[in-house]
Amino acid sequence: MSMRSPLGRVLGLGAAGSGVHHWWVQRVTAVALVPLSIWLVVSLLSLPSLDFVTIVSWMGGTWTASLLVLLVLTASWHSQLGIQVVLEDYVHDHGLKAVGLMLSAFSHVVIAVAGSFAVLRIAIGSPL
Amino acid sequence: MRQRPLSPHMTIYRMTRYSLLSSILNRATGIGLSLGLIALVYWLTSLARGAHAYVQAQAVLASLPLKVFYALLLAAFSYHLVAGIRHLVWDTGHGMERAQSQKSAWLVIVVALLLAAALIACAFRAREGV
Repeated sequence: MSMRSPLGRVLGLGAAGSGVHHWWVQRVTAVALVPLSIWLVVSLLSLPSLDFVTIVSWMGGTWTASLLVLLVLTASWHSQLGIQVVLEDYVHDHGLKAVGLMLSAFSHVVIAVAGSFAVLRIAIGSPL
Repeated sequence: MRQRPLSPHMTIYRMTRYSLLSSILNRATGIGLSLGLIALVYWLTSLARGAHAYVQAQAVLASLPLKVFYALLLAAFSYHLVAGIRHLVWDTGHGMERAQSQKSAWLVIVVALLLAAALIACAFRAREGV
């Protein structure tokens, strides 16, 4: 016996297989961030100095720049998913929740684009 | 609107058991790390705008309040990393028994504290300014 309602069946509604998508992407980005974030923290802490030339020459490396872009994108995505859950759990006013979720989504896209663009500009354009 | 039955909420749980606190701390540190991401991107964009802009940004980035923020950030990173790995282990279906999760909660806090101490010591000893 099908548990779906006749209306649901005729409209083609029902599980689209996307119910766990949020949960799954949060996990995938979490797994990716384990090595990426450890790499960033260790790299930053082992830079000999934080002056402009030292950092720019470090970031100019192909792998460094690639990993930094990956980190910025993955962290932005993971952060957006996390903040979304926090807003959904603690903001009970519907209007405020919608505005908050939108602001969070926009901010995270801005962070992701600005961060990636900055790394690429340093690595390719070398503003030295 | 009709009053509907609610699932058990925060106030009925005992924080002394730590297991619940470990979950809330994971959220709090996650929010902190989101702020850290903003700082990271600000740092990257100031670098991309050239040497002069970077020197100006450094006045802000190397200020005392932000140094405190970096220390907190390293602590938040340590906790969120270790607690996050615990979550990933749970996702495989392991360690979910009550006794196991109590034990892993303590393991998380001890490892996170050690890692945080090591990272902060390293950050503030290696050179002037984080």
